[in-house]
Amino acid sequence: MNSITINGKEYTIGEDQLEMSLLNFLRENLIMTGTKNGCEKGVCGSCTVTADNRAVRSCRMSMEKMAGKQIITIEGMEYPDGTLHPIQQGFIDAGAIQCGFCTPGMVMSAYALLLANPEPSREEIRKAMRGNLCRCTGYQQIVDAVELAAKRIKEEHLSVTAGCLA
Amino acid sequence: MQEKPFRNDGYAKVTGRAAYADDYSISGMLHMVPVYADYVAAKNLAVDYSEALKVPGCVRVFTAKDVPGSNVFGQIEKDYPIIASDRVRSWGDVCALVVAETRKAALEAATKVSITADPVRAVLTIEEALKDNAPVVPSYGKSNIVVEHKLRHGNPDQAFDSCELILEEEFETQAIEQGYMEPESALCVPRHDGVIEIYGSMQHPFSTRRFTAALLGEPLSNIEVYTIAVGGGFGGKDDNAAAVCARAALGARLLKRPVKLTYSREWSFRETYKRHPYKLSYKVGFTSEGLVKAVKAKMYADSGPYLSVTPWVTWRSTAQCFGPYSVENIHADVYGVATNNIFCGAMRGFGAPQVNFSVEQIMDIAAHTLGIHPLGMRRMNMVKQGSETVTGQILDDHTVSLEEVMNKVVHAIGYRKKYEKCTFGKSENDELYGIGLAISYRGSSLGAEGMDFCSAIINGQFDGSILLETGIHENGQGSESVMMLILADELGVNLDRIRYRRSSTSSIPDSGTTVATRGTIMGGSAVVTAVRKFRELLSFHLAERLRCKPEEVTYHDDKIWGLNFAYSLTWEEAMRELYLQQVTPYAFGTYQAPPVSWDDTTGQGNAYFTYVYSCQAVELTVKKSTGKITLKNVVAGHDIGKAVNRAMVLGQMYGGITQGAGMALMEEFRMEEGKVVTDNFDTYKIPRMTDMPEMTGIIIENSDPHSLTGAKGIGEPALELIAPAIANAVYNATGIRSKKMPITIDPEDLNE
Ligand code: FES
Ligand code: FES
Repeated sequence: MNSITINGKEYTIGEDQLEMSLLNFLRENLIMTGTKNGCEKGVCGSCTVTADNRAVRSCRMSMEKMAGKQIITIEGMEYPDGTLHPIQQGFIDAGAIQCGFCTPGMVMSAYALLLANPEPSREEIRKAMRGNLCRCTGYQQIVDAVELAAKRIKEEHLSVTAGCLA
Repeated sequence: MQEKPFRNDGYAKVTGRAAYADDYSISGMLHMVPVYADYVAAKNLAVDYSEALKVPGCVRVFTAKDVPGSNVFGQIEKDYPIIASDRVRSWGDVCALVVAETRKAALEAATKVSITADPVRAVLTIEEALKDNAPVVPSYGKSNIVVEHKLRHGNPDQAFDSCELILEEEFETQAIEQGYMEPESALCVPRHDGVIEIYGSMQHPFSTRRFTAALLGEPLSNIEVYTIAVGGGFGGKDDNAAAVCARAALGARLLKRPVKLTYSREWSFRETYKRHPYKLSYKVGFTSEGLVKAVKAKMYADSGPYLSVTPWVTWRSTAQCFGPYSVENIHADVYGVATNNIFCGAMRGFGAPQVNFSVEQIMDIAAHTLGIHPLGMRRMNMVKQGSETVTGQILDDHTVSLEEVMNKVVHAIGYRKKYEKCTFGKSENDELYGIGLAISYRGSSLGAEGMDFCSAIINGQFDGSILLETGIHENGQGSESVMMLILADELGVNLDRIRYRRSSTSSIPDSGTTVATRGTIMGGSAVVTAVRKFRELLSFHLAERLRCKPEEVTYHDDKIWGLNFAYSLTWEEAMRELYLQQVTPYAFGTYQAPPVSWDDTTGQGNAYFTYVYSCQAVELTVKKSTGKITLKNVVAGHDIGKAVNRAMVLGQMYGGITQGAGMALMEEFRMEEGKVVTDNFDTYKIPRMTDMPEMTGIIIENSDPHSLTGAKGIGEPALELIAPAIANAVYNATGIRSKKMPITIDPEDLNE
């Protein structure tokens, strides 16, 4: 039997679910609607989650491919007590949110980035997150948000790890 | 001004809890999908869905025949087919709606719907549409010219005679997709009392209600549209988003079950209206000193087959037909032309970006030809305090700050020094450098294009908390937060006392569309009107407790105060007191926009009650070997009257600049023979993080006397002038003029 771990919880993948995209599995089967569908073609980044700590487009990932992986979605980012992950707090404090449709994907891409590179430059942030489209913000304050989160994690000795794993 | 970013939906949006239309589901819900015909122009449309009904799970297929009300509707002309019948006028027309137990079944059944029709000659360009023998596209009227605006001010023909320099220039702009990240979606639920509830991704709940009521043939009160999180709109979620809701409502009404209709990106791109492509031609006469003496302008906008708001879009192009400049002699003729292309409607900027792209380049061309500095050229011609606009409006009742705005931007970016470094096509290495700028003014709110009023409700609770509601719609721009900040400020209370009430079309009067950068100015002014009434009511009933006269009561520091601060009441105490007096702490405020005027025959009048003044400057490089244009730095300055939520104002600026840069450099909604070829973000490219440079926003605040808060707005001004700034910078780098968007540089042209 195939299984997948989502936000620290294990789920079995039914035979009939193998061809399903991870995005649809999350949204339709688990009713985890925080992960968004903006294009279903792998080009907008709205559906970004992490799989084994790397950012992936869940709309392009079949459950078969994702079997055995550790998935973190936006729902897994905050701490069990409701405290926000420093990246999430960064988005609020930098004014990086408008319509918010891109925000879950942005937060997840930023998460994968900070796991791999805890002190990215603004250039590196832009490069790493170029797969995530935002039509509202012009990205400036999103780059600020990620920078702010990285700074706080370093200066306040916070953990980068997603809240659900803490 | 709020320095720390404030959003009442911030927490929900960073945790994924904010629910957009497709995130809602309800038990017993059916799924609907649209079916399009593979025709651009056809008649005798016939739909055969017998095979579709055989697909397991398929419940019903609806066609225009099932519509109890009117299958066509529109904001100005009732011509947009919510479901097409008989005639197909564009490749985006929806001809049938399939409903099934699951989305999968609905999608499968949709492939089994067979649609036939007899093709007729399609009209695909403005030139073709204007020919004498062209088929008439619109369902109403006798011509493809669907709207015509005139502006007559002075006598340019005569004035050209005395001009030193006469420029004749033509420009072309492209169709643009709004590109909101959330595709349209609607969930419609039949309520036990017969009302249809709508949870939809729309910009304008009241417009949605009108479309739905028309399709169902029912009164407005039968439909209740709720505000939920919307994933962007930029003008694009009106007519079509309303039609999506109306279609799902049709299913819910006729099947008596909840129905969800969620669009794929491809359907959204295929069906929804775009920014109007324009063809513009200008003849402009200058004195040898650079003064603009005479202008003749002609513009054609491709409206597609349906009118939507084409008359209003082109009206703005008319009223602002020569940028922010005073011209004694100017004539303009602006036409909306029908074709069988995907139709065009509202998009952020609304008829101004096309004009600015042309005018701001003409100013630079003239400056270069006459050997005048582009800044001096602008300074000489721009509107100043007391100036007369091209519509004959005297700008003397608010601060005309264009020069101040331009100076601030020029200073911040170091324009003069950097301008000296422009390469004009010549450099030792592979990199060419240019800096360019553009200025604009933008009439706030609707102006003479429509009815302009807005309501707000303050509902005090007996425990001291306060509910606020306005007729302005949250599209993601943060309008609810702005309204809360204004209320907190005007009432002197802490923000955490206030909750914004999720409004519906049944809870507050129709306040018009949240468009035209009118959210803050109109909604904010409505809040202030309501606050004034609310305070009057409270003061009257609390004066005795505060041992003073009602007019001596003041509101600040989260308390209500008597004369000289001798006595005070907390809000908890004050509300309790009202309760004991059996008085409801409730106020309703309506704000009507100050009067505007317009004479259709001359295009003269006070077009807008106030204006936002703007300047944007950009630095860029162009690679000689490849022609690749890279933006390096942007500085934007806007006089928005007053900033209520600083971080959000800056966010609007950066977002607008980025959309404008997309239009300038990469975006183009393309069709071949009327069929959409750019149907997702892989072919329709919008700016990514690496396409944008660091940006600086400068907020200039000359409080506006026409706005009760002093604030004007920023949504659209931010987008309307970066494209010509980029075009000017590209010229200053390469010596090549780009009169067409998107701007591309062919390296061959550089090496000549
Ligand atoms: S929805 Fe997956 S990348 Fe756009
Ligand atoms: S905030 Fe709207 S798409 Fe990014």
